[in-house]
Amino acid sequence: MTATEARPEATAPEREIGKDRRRKEDQRLITGRTRWTDNIVLPGMLHLAMVRSPFAHARITSIDTTEAKQSPNVVDVVSGQDLAETQGVLINAWPITPDQKTPTHLPVAIDRVAFAGEIVAVVVARSAAEARDAAELVDVEYDELPAALDLKEAAADTVLAHPDLGTNKSAYWVFDSAEAGTGGAVDEAIARARESGGIVLEREYRQQRLIPAFMEPRSTVVDPTGEQLTVWSATQIPHILRFALAATTGIPESKLRVIAPDVGGGFGGKLQTTPEEWITVALARRTGKPVKYTETRSESLMAGHHGRDQWQKLTLAADADGSVTGLKVELLADLGAYVSLVGGGVPVLGAFMFNAIYKFPAYHFAVQTVLTNKTWTDAYRGAGRPEATFAIERLMDELAAEVGVDPLEIREKNWIKHEEFPFTTVAGLEYDSGNYELATARAKELFGYDELRAEQRRRRESGDPVQLGIGVSTFTEMCGLAPSRVLGQLDYGAGGWEHASVRMLATGKVEVVTGASAHGQGHETAFSQIVADRLGVPFEDVEVLHGDTQIAHKGLDTYGSRSLVVGGEALVKATDKVVEKAKVVAAHMLEASADDLEFTGGRFAVRGTDQGVAIQDVAGAVFAAHDLPDGMEPSLDSDATYDPVNFNYPHGTHLCAMEVDTETGALRMRKYACVDDIGNVINPLIVSGQVHGGLVQGIAQALWEEAVYDDSGTLVSGSFVDYLLPTSADTISFEVDHTTTPSLTNTLGTKGVGEAGTIASTPAVVNAVVDAVRHLGIHDIRMPCTPERVWRAIQDAGSGGEPTTGAAAPHFDASTGMDGTVDRTAGGAQ
Amino acid sequence: MVRINLTVDGAKVADDVEPRMLLVHYLREKLGKTGTVVGCDTSNCGACTVHLDGTSVKSCNVLAVQADGGEVTTIEGLSQNGELHPVQEAFRECHGLQCGYCTPGMIMQSVDLLKENPQPSEEEIRLGLEGNLCRCTGYHNIVKAVQHAAGQGAQA
Repeated sequence: MTATEARPEATAPEREIGKDRRRKEDQRLITGRTRWTDNIVLPGMLHLAMVRSPFAHARITSIDTTEAKQSPNVVDVVSGQDLAETQGVLINAWPITPDQKTPTHLPVAIDRVAFAGEIVAVVVARSAAEARDAAELVDVEYDELPAALDLKEAAADTVLAHPDLGTNKSAYWVFDSAEAGTGGAVDEAIARARESGGIVLEREYRQQRLIPAFMEPRSTVVDPTGEQLTVWSATQIPHILRFALAATTGIPESKLRVIAPDVGGGFGGKLQTTPEEWITVALARRTGKPVKYTETRSESLMAGHHGRDQWQKLTLAADADGSVTGLKVELLADLGAYVSLVGGGVPVLGAFMFNAIYKFPAYHFAVQTVLTNKTWTDAYRGAGRPEATFAIERLMDELAAEVGVDPLEIREKNWIKHEEFPFTTVAGLEYDSGNYELATARAKELFGYDELRAEQRRRRESGDPVQLGIGVSTFTEMCGLAPSRVLGQLDYGAGGWEHASVRMLATGKVEVVTGASAHGQGHETAFSQIVADRLGVPFEDVEVLHGDTQIAHKGLDTYGSRSLVVGGEALVKATDKVVEKAKVVAAHMLEASADDLEFTGGRFAVRGTDQGVAIQDVAGAVFAAHDLPDGMEPSLDSDATYDPVNFNYPHGTHLCAMEVDTETGALRMRKYACVDDIGNVINPLIVSGQVHGGLVQGIAQALWEEAVYDDSGTLVSGSFVDYLLPTSADTISFEVDHTTTPSLTNTLGTKGVGEAGTIASTPAVVNAVVDAVRHLGIHDIRMPCTPERVWRAIQDAGSGGEPTTGAAAPHFDASTGMDGTVDRTAGGAQ
Repeated sequence: MVRINLTVDGAKVADDVEPRMLLVHYLREKLGKTGTVVGCDTSNCGACTVHLDGTSVKSCNVLAVQADGGEVTTIEGLSQNGELHPVQEAFRECHGLQCGYCTPGMIMQSVDLLKENPQPSEEEIRLGLEGNLCRCTGYHNIVKAVQHAAGQGAQA
């Protein structure tokens, strides 16, 4: 093989894993040579504009498209009735109970709309501007219906979001440790605490509704030209989209090609199958032309799915010394108008995480999912786990205050010690590894914990109008979604495996195909590092391909911090198969026994000799196929589909210092330090970025963001003027470090990192705000903790800030007259 | 329709445009300059930031007709002779981008910021980029990138 001569002698490259490689993705992104879906222009392409309902709940009485159809360059105007036979239906992949109430979700509504922003008609025109002009001319008559808006009222069925269902209650899902055999009965633990002088804390927390607010508005292009229908979409889930389109429109899966080109962020917000995608497909088929739809930001905020939106009722029982004996959780979760793709599965993902890093002997979780006439909700960064982490980390601070010890001390009393791993939790998960002591010690050092506590005392004593609060959050999360068997047990409609292919090209370059679909995470770089190390080839020689179902034909896409821990493991397995195949050829080329070969730095060498051959040369020999071992298939290319055996459990200690001006309620973040244990790190630079971005999204929930509806069900935070995404001027630089306890559930020892910052930071910030004013008699401030809410809490000191109405909590003890906003310890109210 | 003549990334262009056409739509739809993107409809996000006659503007907030006779530089015209602009280089070096959607606007604004203040403090950088939203990075590494570029003596 002469190709060897043209190639410089392969030297063993230095180890790639652990290097802070600059990203391969960046060159095109910093020069504007990007392929966002909205950039795609095809010959004869038509553009869509949506006509959306201004009402939260209404019957459609008539749609007059006459005038719109006469508008310049309008090709077609269609209503739901016109598309009834072809538009398909949107699916819920996770019916959490067999009797879940799931309203039919049509892409274009036909008779009735169930939230403001729902699509009732579609204009097709030669330009986007002309389509929008004509959309203004579509005349829709509605009969307005009463709307179910408030979550608690909706749960009481006072007004029905979908009258034909007869109730707003969609599903009631329970985990009980006594029933599951993973722990004791929580009611007994609570009763025992009440009787024996222990502590019972009752709290009700609000997880406000958030909007994922990815920077690239969603866009879909569908080209019906040719044999296959090609769909480009700004999505996190091209493979799931292809499956769902095929399953609901009658288009054979093999006739659909879905491409997620450059995708500008997702955070769960593009983990969705959307009406707009279904409509674009339907109109491309109807017109026979390429069709594009790109949403405006206002449409995105109004009609893209929202996240969070829960009421959390919590009862925690503990011994007098602060050892927790039981936790009871009752959630109300707002689904919005429809049960979306993951839907009620979001709070269920949190069900396993309320016990967090702690050894609770008894645990009970129940969630009631509720339909309302608001935008539908689904995954937003962390999906269920931020809600759980917030609740328990707020409670641990409350418990520390009750016992009168440092919040870190109460956590240490209850957490799993490092020598106790592997540890099976009260929620039934097996945590494989972790070291909470180490991460906490490092975080305290990084933060300057003792010094800041001392400053806090000084400010208290001097009556400084600006008080300092210190917030703690020691979180863990389950990530790497997910073992297929577990998903099956939870009634999810698909598996959780991931697929990878590794192809050795004749020139020695390597193509890697992954079923994960990146949208900013840096897969191309991190995956190149893994393969470069494993094959001993240069980092630059690895090309990572993804996001096109014709190239990456199998995959389950990107969400739930799964790409590295599941997709990366598939990659490792496929790469190892390549090496195994190459070894046989190398042995043949070297006239040696395969048993005598060792593979290091990309070279097969005969032990004890200077004989060897580089894997690139083996690839060349296999391409020529002139002289291969008898019966050997002339290919080194290998596939692997990996199904994880367990989740993995990153953890960390986050510490936040907030200054609170007690005269004005103004807040200033003074310092934020975190030490995350995410196992072995492939690329520290990418990890730092994931942590920083995650932190700000979690901090934003604590301080700024909330999707707000008015009394008629109109989203009033429907633009970036009103929905407060933080800016650079609102935020600070962070102190970030890591401890490393490798995961034992994957070869690389990695754990997820994409959601960690968001999950951990929200309670750290709120704990800090509350800590700053706790001496004034305040033990809660509802999120987002705006200066006004803080100021009102201080003015209203002693009542716990903005009153919460927790009296309806079924497990609260009505006989004491307490409503969930007040501590009740043995011997009565404090 | 109104006739406009302008220079975009060094090339002279002339077109008939609707008076209501925004500069960003002109760049994207008429010229195919899709490096400049649209992120919102209220001029909050800054993703569409370009330079008009040497100063940063949100191109969703300028009509194409207002750019008549002017000189526009987009992210696609920032690098010269195949060499990245130092601010582009700094964003890559400091991992100042993830999904990259805000990046064209963020880089164009950063170039303008450094032109006016070549050695900004962290606070001046944070205030100077206030009109550009990023959802991925938490701004930490964007600030680092601008500091890095300032350290390299980057100016427009």
